Amino acid sequence: MALAGAGFDAGRPDDAVPADGPGRSARLRGELRRHPSLLVGGVLAAATVIVAIAGHVAPPDNPLAINPGHALAPPGPGHWFGTDQFGRDVFSRVLYGLGIDVVIGLTVAALAFAVGSAAGLVSGYLGGWIDDIVMRVVDIVMSFPPFLLALAIAVVLGNTVRNVIIAVTIAYVPYILRLTRGSVLTARGADYVLGARAVGASRSRVMTLHVLPNAVGPSVVQATLMAGWAILDVSGLSFLGVGIQPPSPELGVQVAQGAPYITSGQWWISVFPGLAIILAVLAFNFLGDYADDRLRGQGS
Amino acid sequence: MPGLEIDGLCISIGDHDVVHAVDLQVKPGTCVGLVGASGSGKSLTALASLGLLPRAARVTAGRILLGGDETVTPGRDRTAAVRGSGIAMIFQSPRAALNPVLRVGHQVARVLRRKGQHDDLKQRCIELLGAVGLLEPDKVARLYPHELSGGMCQRIMIAMGIAVEPQILIADEPTTALDVTVQADILDLLEDLRSRTGMGMLLISHDMSVVAERCESISVMWQGAIVEVGTSATVINSPRHPFTAELVRDLAHLPETGGLPAQSSSTRPADDPAREAGG
Repeated sequence: MALAGAGFDAGRPDDAVPADGPGRSARLRGELRRHPSLLVGGVLAAATVIVAIAGHVAPPDNPLAINPGHALAPPGPGHWFGTDQFGRDVFSRVLYGLGIDVVIGLTVAALAFAVGSAAGLVSGYLGGWIDDIVMRVVDIVMSFPPFLLALAIAVVLGNTVRNVIIAVTIAYVPYILRLTRGSVLTARGADYVLGARAVGASRSRVMTLHVLPNAVGPSVVQATLMAGWAILDVSGLSFLGVGIQPPSPELGVQVAQGAPYITSGQWWISVFPGLAIILAVLAFNFLGDYADDRLRGQGS
Repeated sequence: MPGLEIDGLCISIGDHDVVHAVDLQVKPGTCVGLVGASGSGKSLTALASLGLLPRAARVTAGRILLGGDETVTPGRDRTAAVRGSGIAMIFQSPRAALNPVLRVGHQVARVLRRKGQHDDLKQRCIELLGAVGLLEPDKVARLYPHELSGGMCQRIMIAMGIAVEPQILIADEPTTALDVTVQADILDLLEDLRSRTGMGMLLISHDMSVVAERCESISVMWQGAIVEVGTSATVINSPRHPFTAELVRDLAHLPETGGLPAQSSSTRPADDPAREAGG
């Protein structure tokens, strides 16, 4: 799910030749030194992804296996994160759940980016009545807080993973759309757009080759941050019971299932999945920060 | 008439008439100069010929013909079909006129591909870059605009302009943003291409010396109207409109810079350098 790359690479020539200059690893080292957020975000994201893959490929224990004899065991050598009220291994469930949330978060961000930037491009470049209609629809959608909107849509559509993804995506699209449209309005008036048209480029060519690659930057940043927000919102929906349903080890589901036990001292059932959510959200926030730094640094 | 023919063109922005009844002809193989102060309507006239007027502006009267076919009339615009292949335009700020995120070779190749040339695109692209005087065209093709000098960017822009061999090339202040030595090179290049391909050229400038040196005939624009038309020699030797007279006077005041015709404007202003470079 290379959402960030899609927009940029689309504009590269097919016969792209690797640029001369310092080697890949040297450039990466310089980049890490200049942008601490890349280091922090990269480490967190790498940790998240490794942990999530490990949880799917080789979970220490079956995340769904019920074992009433070992219910509510505190963290210890046998179960690092303890067990929940059904005796399921919380460590395995957190690893597995992290994978679910990261994939959903990236999917939502990619979908919102694809739909939002395409619609923003059309709306901003063509203008006129199309723009008016699109922007009024966006105004209406944005008048609701995104989480409440996603909640309402999820309730109406029903609780499946697909529907939760659709609900959160709908709530996020307007933000990407507005941002892209704004940059498109700027890029549309650029000299290189006039230049391309003056030597005969067609409208669709101008839009996809000249306007979009120059307008998509801020939306890439936004989409990266959205991957983090989406994880938060999806686990939030699941926590409230309108998102992903038990017995899935989705992180929000786990926090909800452990909530009644916090007051009686079995804190580990909710706290570890909660920490995993924080890890994933932070990872994407730092990466988004880095993307933002880079785009600002580029000027133009 | 082949070439570009602008006939009584009027353009307004809102309620303001910004271009009134402009007549202009560019025959194939000739170079016509359009001179005027900033805001006199030169660029709008040029943009109208390509159907690229800003949204606020519209053609209210007159017509534009390309190769004898009507391309622009009030409320109708058929320029999309001829843009690039029949008429192309290059601009004042060469670096800004190239897409910053695409390699320049790719941008040139795109123009070629649209014309239906698919085979040997890369080879043709490199040939073109060589034809506009770029050294090591294969290397240059792989660079991004920010890695090139202004003069190189303008050569790339020219390569894109002539890629599909238009009948008419409009050059809107093609050298204003460049330093003096590069200016002469670019103008020489345009003249050379014109003599080799037989395309007509409309050279727009606020600089009378550039136009006087390079063009056979000159039209002077002032406050949205053409106030004087004639061969370069006539216009410079005996300007009739006060604005033209002022431009010519400024020309005579230029310091001694060598190659400019200003010094000899009392005798034969435009002939010698133009002939020489055209041959």
